[in-house]
Amino acid sequence: MRHFGNPHVSWVGTAAVLVSLSALLPLGFVAWVAWQTGWETAAPLIFRSRVGELLVNTALLELATVPVCAVLALALAWLTERSDLPGARAWAAMAVAPLAVPAFVHSYAWMTVTPSLHGLGGAVLVSTIAYFPFMYLPLSAALRRLDPGMEDAAASLGLGPWQVFFRVVLPQLRLALCGGGLLVGLHLLAEYGLYVMVRYDTFTTAIVDQFQSTYNGPAANMLAGVLVVCCFGLLALEARLRGHERYARVGTGAARMPVRSRLGRWTALAWMLPCVTSLLALGVPLFTLARWLIAGGTAVWHLDVIGAALGQTLVWALAGGVLTTVVSVPMAWLSIRKPGKLQRMVEACNYMVGSLPGVVVALALVTITVRVALPLYQTVATILLAYMLMFLPRALVSLRAGIAQAPVELEHAARSLGRTPTQALWSITLRLAAPGAAAGMAMVSLGITNELTATLLLAPTGTQTLATAFWAFSSEIDYAAAAPYALTMVLLSMPLTWLLYVQSKRTAGR
Amino acid sequence: MGFLELHAIRKSYGPQVALAGVDLRVAAGSRTAIVGPSGSGKTTLLRIIAGFEAPDAGRVTLGGQPLADGPNAIPAHRRGIGFVPQEGALFPHLSVADNVGFGLARNAPNRAQRITELMQMVALDLAMLTRRPHELSGGQQQRVALARALAQRPRLMLLDEPFSALDTGLRASTRKAVAQLLGAAGITTILVTHDQSEALSFADQVAVMRAGRLAQVGPPHALYLRPADAVTAQFLGETIVLPAQLSQGWATCALGVIAVNDNQRKGPAQIMLRPEQLQLTLVPADPMDTDTEACLGVVEDIDFGGALCGLTVRLLGNPQTDRPSAATPLLVRSPAIHIPPVGSTVQITVMGQAHVFAEAVA
Repeated sequence: MRHFGNPHVSWVGTAAVLVSLSALLPLGFVAWVAWQTGWETAAPLIFRSRVGELLVNTALLELATVPVCAVLALALAWLTERSDLPGARAWAAMAVAPLAVPAFVHSYAWMTVTPSLHGLGGAVLVSTIAYFPFMYLPLSAALRRLDPGMEDAAASLGLGPWQVFFRVVLPQLRLALCGGGLLVGLHLLAEYGLYVMVRYDTFTTAIVDQFQSTYNGPAANMLAGVLVVCCFGLLALEARLRGHERYARVGTGAARMPVRSRLGRWTALAWMLPCVTSLLALGVPLFTLARWLIAGGTAVWHLDVIGAALGQTLVWALAGGVLTTVVSVPMAWLSIRKPGKLQRMVEACNYMVGSLPGVVVALALVTITVRVALPLYQTVATILLAYMLMFLPRALVSLRAGIAQAPVELEHAARSLGRTPTQALWSITLRLAAPGAAAGMAMVSLGITNELTATLLLAPTGTQTLATAFWAFSSEIDYAAAAPYALTMVLLSMPLTWLLYVQSKRTAGR
Repeated sequence: MGFLELHAIRKSYGPQVALAGVDLRVAAGSRTAIVGPSGSGKTTLLRIIAGFEAPDAGRVTLGGQPLADGPNAIPAHRRGIGFVPQEGALFPHLSVADNVGFGLARNAPNRAQRITELMQMVALDLAMLTRRPHELSGGQQQRVALARALAQRPRLMLLDEPFSALDTGLRASTRKAVAQLLGAAGITTILVTHDQSEALSFADQVAVMRAGRLAQVGPPHALYLRPADAVTAQFLGETIVLPAQLSQGWATCALGVIAVNDNQRKGPAQIMLRPEQLQLTLVPADPMDTDTEACLGVVEDIDFGGALCGLTVRLLGNPQTDRPSAATPLLVRSPAIHIPPVGSTVQITVMGQAHVFAEAVA
């Protein structure tokens, strides 16, 4: 405990740095491959029309989907948080619920309903439906937190309701818009299954294709390099748009509850939006699943195979959740108790790597295990490492919030009451941080349960998770056989999605 | 005719009655303070005047123009009424200059000049124009909020507990500066506060609010010295209430015979004194020297408070005059320079007149 005071010999600091170094593996891999391949080989692989096509596809997808998600999420957030829409609470839950359905299950549902759906239009439609809750969550939380005093002040200065919204409310939502937009943008870059189904080529689908046909050629690696550049481009763009402004409420004291706007004769029209959204985002997947389950009857329920996949998924989700949470403890601890330059750098590393698509992480681990540590290739250890690298930020965010619940003063108080430092840590800090740690673990497990891309590339031969089994059946157009797996994934995700919803309400302080 | 007139304003939130019929007149260019304990409905009243909420019933008129008649109300942004909320509610995403100029048209020709004028008006350094609200102290934030509201040249300025977030010293000076500023600009002002001393020092007219009604309205000194009832008296400051027998402008009570401000009433009544009206003089050990009509007491406790100290004095029953003795000890405010020691006997004299409460309507 004494050593916490000294960053040079602190074992917490050392552990945090070690974890971050391992988190830098995928980036190191991209740099190393680029250097190994050499410019002469790399240049023709990068500057070719195929890469140009993929770039245009990716850019179009991002440019079309992110704004649509933003407008839809903002409208829903305003209706559920700031208007007197009947059933606002239920609609708020419905706006988060689509997260319980993995993106590739959304596309499976849409392919069933409209088999002709494909290309950019289809990709934008399904992506919006699958990912808009990522923007809804921060926007609704921000709207709830907004100080209504500011809107009163603006009205007293002669601004009408619309002007107040655009000049006062919207600028306050900038952080939520940027953060949510980044999250959606990164998911669009990383998603594989959805775009294969709607036959829209992105970098991720091209890399997996390339990997499956030529295994581990430089072509796939170079595409991964370009994808990493795209990711960092998005991160930089978000950092720029976000700016350096503070949006916290100025001053102290409790804010008044915001007044909900009257919809009046617009109520019926306003109702249409959440209705139609829920119909598309929840109705379509549920209807499709029900349809295939009825069509398949009992014949598709091979309980032994499904049970094996379920068991495999649960074991990995649990092991990955525990591993990731444990590994993130030193960093979370540092960021709350010893914030400093080292901690900020280490944390930035982790967030950056956490934003990389699963396909890049998987490709890196494949290459590294094949070249350096062959016995580890396609083992459980490698796949758990991949999960850890991908989902570390999720664990970190929750754990950090948990540790922040236990300010160091409480530990001091416990020690002044006769507890030893270790006892104080155990009985106060860890006890208070436990809910945060559990939430983080749950978020990581949710991610692992629905993970497809990295699992496809890294899973030991012969093992199947719910996601890969679902993918195998739906690739063979055996939609009925795939349905039980999809249903199981949705059922597993539901409690965790509920947790996410409750947590977002709590972070808003209400 | 008042400049602002409120007539029978009522407002309920579900079963909770916030305002139960409020009438108020505010003269042009005057300063009115609405004071009351929290939950008395004063903020609701202010929000109805501002137009953030509409009354369930009642009329609001400003300079003869109707603003609200029951639920039909002109919205806040068309009223031209300035509003300074609690904590200022500055826009955190805008600089100080943009906050002050928020209500001015963006391409107004003399915008920059007007912002400079306003900053000078609220005595803020022009170097602050480029700063962000979170870089200012609480007092500076309040001044920016005031400048922002003044930019509109409002007919009426509403202040919603704007000084409550400031610490004690800053509070008094900011209050004084704001009062002077608004007085000089001739802007009719309404201040809402739960702090009676703030209300008394700020306003020409104080309205005491209780349970959704105005208990009493009047100039500060009148309210302080001649409150309508004991509750209002207690709310505005420490009080001594004594039972007494009235006769031709004099009251006979535990403190002897003292002058009252009512020559007409006769018979039993409740009279009120403020603790600073009582004066204590140390009585020499030999009681024969003292006036037999004098009221004597023993100092039981001293609460040292710097400039003014609180003394608890138990009255001594006087066998010669058979005067009723007050059951509870008296609280006296006395300057710290000559306070009698605990246990000493003191003579109590009353300065000025006692106030007679109106007879309770049974």
